[in-house]
Amino acid sequence: MTPLLVALGAAVGATSRFLAAHYLDRRTPWGTLLVNVAGSFVLGVLFGAGVSAHALALLGTGLCGGLTTYSAFAVQTRDQARRGLAIGAAYGGATIVASLAACACGFALGQA
Amino acid sequence: MRWWIGDLVPDGADFPWTTFAINLTGSLVLALLPALSAVRRRPALVAGLGPGLLGGFTTLSTYTEQGRTLLADGRTGLAAAYLLGTFAACLAAVTLAGHLSTLAARAEFEAEEGNE
Repeated sequence: MTPLLVALGAAVGATSRFLAAHYLDRRTPWGTLLVNVAGSFVLGVLFGAGVSAHALALLGTGLCGGLTTYSAFAVQTRDQARRGLAIGAAYGGATIVASLAACACGFALGQA
Repeated sequence: MRWWIGDLVPDGADFPWTTFAINLTGSLVLALLPALSAVRRRPALVAGLGPGLLGGFTTLSTYTEQGRTLLADGRTGLAAAYLLGTFAACLAAVTLAGHLSTLAARAEFEAEEGNE
């Protein structure tokens, strides 16, 4: 049951990420930044609310895990750094800081 | 696949090594994709393996949630080590893989030139 829930969630998450990257990633990968921050926020809400294991498998590991990506983030940060080290640092830093902040906000919201 | 590994080797209470390893290998393989000539010739493979499989394999939401938990527990040093350590390791991996990909592309280009 759990693997099926993860697969279902990941199918929706990964497809959404692909579409966001396809339509929003320009010279700066805004789409990937957006999905990473959004996925971190949603996972924060789920942990804050203390949802059931099944809901966490579907929406957390599946949806948020499929929606967010570290591999594309790492490759993009390197590519941005090739345009200029400051640009790469800004993209990498913005993703990590914004995602952490979004996750903390989501967690607080989930607890409320 | 990520769930399966996470189930086999769950992240401990301290440094989340499993997620660290997943993100590191996923980043490395994504950056190595251009080095495979079979992949270079089939754009559909790039979409399937890259954003599909590897993007789905690695995760940033779990990474931030783990970082947030460590920070909330007051383990600032460990949180910083995890967050920055993953970032630095993945960047180093993709930079290295990028160099290998360039070398592979150049070698293949030269081999094809020689055949003509």
